[in-house]
Amino acid sequence: MSPFLSDTALIFGRYARQTLRSRFQIFFGTLMPLLHLLFFGPLLTDMPLSSQGDSWQVLVPGLLLQLGLFGASFAGFAVIIEKNHGVVERMRVTPVSRLALLLGRVLRDAALFVFQAVLLVLAALVMGLRAPLGGVLIGFAFVALLSVSLASLSYALALKVRTPQEFGPAINALAMPSMLLSGLMLPMTLAPGWLDVLSHLMPFRYQVDAVRDAYTGEYATTTMLHGVLVAVGLAALSVTVGTGVFRRAGA
Amino acid sequence: MAIISTAGLARTFQTNSGPVEAVRGVDLTVQPGEILGFLGPNGAGKTTTLRMLTTLLPPTGGAATVAGCDLVRDPAGVRCRAGYVAQSGGIDPTVSVREELVTQGRLYRLTKAEAAARTEELAKDLDLTDLLDRKAGALSGGQRRRLDIAMGLMHRPEVLFLDEPTTGLDPGSRADLWDLVRRLRDEHGTTVFLTTHYLDEADELSDRLVIVDKGVVVAEGTPAALKERYAGSADATLQDAFLAITGRGPAPVDTTPVAV
Ligand SMILES: Nc1ncnc2c1ncn2[C@@H]1O[C@H](COP(=O)(O)OP(=O)(O)O)[C@@H](O)[C@H]1O
Ligand SMILES: [Mg+2]
Repeated sequence: MSPFLSDTALIFGRYARQTLRSRFQIFFGTLMPLLHLLFFGPLLTDMPLSSQGDSWQVLVPGLLLQLGLFGASFAGFAVIIEKNHGVVERMRVTPVSRLALLLGRVLRDAALFVFQAVLLVLAALVMGLRAPLGGVLIGFAFVALLSVSLASLSYALALKVRTPQEFGPAINALAMPSMLLSGLMLPMTLAPGWLDVLSHLMPFRYQVDAVRDAYTGEYATTTMLHGVLVAVGLAALSVTVGTGVFRRAGA
Repeated sequence: MAIISTAGLARTFQTNSGPVEAVRGVDLTVQPGEILGFLGPNGAGKTTTLRMLTTLLPPTGGAATVAGCDLVRDPAGVRCRAGYVAQSGGIDPTVSVREELVTQGRLYRLTKAEAAARTEELAKDLDLTDLLDRKAGALSGGQRRRLDIAMGLMHRPEVLFLDEPTTGLDPGSRADLWDLVRRLRDEHGTTVFLTTHYLDEADELSDRLVIVDKGVVVAEGTPAALKERYAGSADATLQDAFLAITGRGPAPVDTTPVAV
């Protein structure tokens, strides 16, 4: 195995073991989307949200991305604690690949949030969701890419700030408007013109629209193409930024 | 040939309240197998110098080589040959001692079997064997510091940088750590570069001292030579020499001419 791959596997293993030690961390992220599913989903069942598909096919894709959005953007908390223990510098002083220091962590995050997404979809099936398997799998791929992107940016920001007290409010201030402006809860096609235009500035808007297409079995659409391009582009950009910060951390 | 040499090594931090010249041009050399005490008051630039010499922080001026590798051109070479034990250690308290050591070995690209064997070997050497399956957070101060040092030795570095290794330890643990440092040099020929602000430690442990203040080297030499030159007598305390050099605290004690 090349040193880069074994480094990545090593870092992934370290943080995966950390996650497995904490049931709380494994399940907590599903709480907010599950509550929306149970108490908000039933309000939508008779509403004409979309020309194709029923309300569950519109809501569940939004909740999947909500899960990734809130889960992954808070991933940096752990690295603030590690940084204060000196763990980040202790690793940076070894020959380990800087990209692996980031990728090992974000791949653990992607695995965790895809696992939570599976639980959420299972619950949604019980509530009444019906969607093609291919579409559901595409949805998981979008969750993975979104997790990689946001966790990378979250680690980058966390390495720059000094205390968790600075970090939490900053993330909240970014995540809440992102969720509302992307139309995760209700599709932006219902919005007045100015809001619809504004939401096109949010990368997550393209991703949720693509997953909604996937959930109705529409795979070869321009919406899907845009969603894939934005998701892959954002992931590549975020990983580059995150790796750069691991290279120079603390300077 | 020197195993560490620096020329005009400098680091300025840009902060909101203006630039901070933490290190303003350090020139020094260290010979293989030497124990070098890097002594200076808090804020003198000791940690910043160490972070540059271990590739954590790019210098803003000057140059240095460590174990034959240029700091800027070959940071990977430096990382393979040098070990660093930071003042705060760098251990996750929720992870077991064994897992931390094995992972550290793997970060230095040892195979799984090599890392496991090296863990046992170091644990035996540093008296950690009974603690291997404990959480790192459950160790005492002295045990914790031995673990920190074991982490820095996983890859058998030629040079070991120790940042204030005994700060916060009780006298017994300090003495144990001094023995350990001497043993590293005597048995493995490891070059040890250690910072301290304890004068007794510097005096006891170092073959040679480099004294820094406000980011520059203000004096260097063996403890005896420094005492003789700055405090007037090889029997003076290092405290006297230090105060004379940094000009801090009471004036140098009135020394009688060197008595024979
Ligand atoms: N990351 C940093 N940003 C700004 N100033 C720093 C940074 N690190 C150290 N300094 C400043 O540089 C000076 C030297 O610090 P340091 O090298 O830690 O000293 P020592 O280890 O000798 O106590 C201090 O004035 C310190 O406040
Ligand atoms: Mg210091």
